[in-house]
Amino acid sequence: MFEYIVQQLINGISIGSIYALIALGYTMVYGIIKLINFAHGDVFMVGAFVGYFAAKAGLGLFWSLILAMAVCAILGVLIERLAYRPLRGAARIVILITAIGVSFLLENLGIYALGPQAKGFPEIVTKTQYTLFGDVTINSVQIIVLAVTVILMVLLQYVVHKTKMGKAMRAVSYDMEAARLMGINVDTTISFTFAIGSALAGAAGVVFAVMYPSVDPLMGIIPGLKAFVAAVLGGIGIIPGALVGGLVLGIVETGVSSAGFSLWRDGAAFAILILILIFKPSGLFGKNVREKV
Amino acid sequence: MLAVDNINVFYGAIHALKGVSLDVKEGEIVTLIGANGAGKSTILKTLSGLLKPTSGSIQFLGDTIHGRPAQQIVKRGLCHCPEGRRVFANMSVEENLELGAYLRKDKEVKSDLEKVYVKFPRLKERQKQLSGTLSGGEQQMLAMGRALMARPKLLLLDEPSMGLAPLLVKEIFSIIKEINESGTTVLLVEQNANMALSIAHRAYVIETGKIVLAGDAKELADSDEIKKAYLGG
Ligand SMILES: Nc1ncnc2c1ncn2[C@@H]1O[C@H](COP(=O)(O)OP(=O)(O)OP(=O)(O)O)[C@@H](O)[C@H]1O
Ligand SMILES: [Mg+2]
Repeated sequence: MFEYIVQQLINGISIGSIYALIALGYTMVYGIIKLINFAHGDVFMVGAFVGYFAAKAGLGLFWSLILAMAVCAILGVLIERLAYRPLRGAARIVILITAIGVSFLLENLGIYALGPQAKGFPEIVTKTQYTLFGDVTINSVQIIVLAVTVILMVLLQYVVHKTKMGKAMRAVSYDMEAARLMGINVDTTISFTFAIGSALAGAAGVVFAVMYPSVDPLMGIIPGLKAFVAAVLGGIGIIPGALVGGLVLGIVETGVSSAGFSLWRDGAAFAILILILIFKPSGLFGKNVREKV
Repeated sequence: MLAVDNINVFYGAIHALKGVSLDVKEGEIVTLIGANGAGKSTILKTLSGLLKPTSGSIQFLGDTIHGRPAQQIVKRGLCHCPEGRRVFANMSVEENLELGAYLRKDKEVKSDLEKVYVKFPRLKERQKQLSGTLSGGEQQMLAMGRALMARPKLLLLDEPSMGLAPLLVKEIFSIIKEINESGTTVLLVEQNANMALSIAHRAYVIETGKIVLAGDAKELADSDEIKKAYLGG
């Protein structure tokens, strides 16, 4: 029984860390412009496709990741420039609807350009199984997912806490007007936030496709929604919250399906969303923040 | 140093500044007094680029600055320490001070940090503390220290004494005087007209978006009109 639980934890953490990578983008963007960027799951999809073409062209995991991250960073910046920036200062609901529109646009462009059928993702990581102890195993794909997540988290922590741009991000998300008075260029800082969040989604897309080797233009919808739940669970706007939210969600989901309710796996995420919205809308890590004046 | 000529500022349909003109000369402390809602903060926000005037002009050190983004104005040496302190509560005291020097690339940021700590020893003791946990007076010192980190030529202070105990108010005002004596020009917005007039060289009085009186601070402090309206006597 113990071994079984450890095994499920390992599986849950692997998928959970992918949710966490996507959730970070949701949370960072929300933190800075108070927008739930519903197109974020589709940026993840684009990342998976870039990884797919890179892998087909013979690039290894490392370069596929880098390429996907770069393309998604640019895509994220473009989305913000073209769709959200002109609406800065408009009512929140207007920007939210625009985000949904951008999401449909990316999905349908994907279907138009690439066709609706799922494509098999090339095997760029040879899958080998390692026994940890007893019956508990971990495979090379899981190790890679975990390694990629840990490395990106460390980098993100460094960027957010040690670099000038990271300090500007935190300042803008706390108080945009005061940040302006420090001489911070708010537009650049918002672009940078979109770039980072989208790059993380791109990386998540590639490792997701390595784990579940198939890509299609609508593949971003469910992981995107789940990552959104993860971000809300951790407390939207709070970076460590997204990490914990993603991991918890992955573990709960794996737990639910391993307990024999695999049909309920996706439902579990939304049940969590409903529960958290009823009992602690500010999320696990959220404080009751004062409404800004 | 600063010349504001006939600016008009609107918030939507609200006409907040109606043809305001004023000027500040190098080395001065100029104070701007007026009742709640008169438009004092609006003037400062317009100077620092947070708001754009619909007409009129603002010249600072020979450049036209109205309509420019805030970061370009800060870069020229005009720094605004806003009403209500607005420290970044989620960051430490030191990080707040570093943000004040955000646009500086020179090597003297570290030594300026030490200077701020000498001026405000209480901040030094609380370097690593989250600034949201500071007392109101400490936050005011932090907000002023943060503005000084930009090496302002003209410092705009919006109600630095707000909500502080009388002893602390005295301390803050004597620090403002020191800052001015060490070469920084100050434009000071205050509710505490008494104190403000006592350290300022010149003063402007604003009422519902218009400058209604201007002159030497001592003379204004002695005028019956001002005494009645703003000095509680
Ligand atoms: N963001 C805003 N939107 C609409 N109206 C505003 C806004 N900010 C200020 N006003 C209005 O503009 C006028 C001037 O406000 P301002 O904040 O400049 O006054 P003040 O002199 O600084 O007052 P106080 O002493 O209370 O700080 C007020 O009538 C106020 O209601
Ligand atoms: Mg004010």
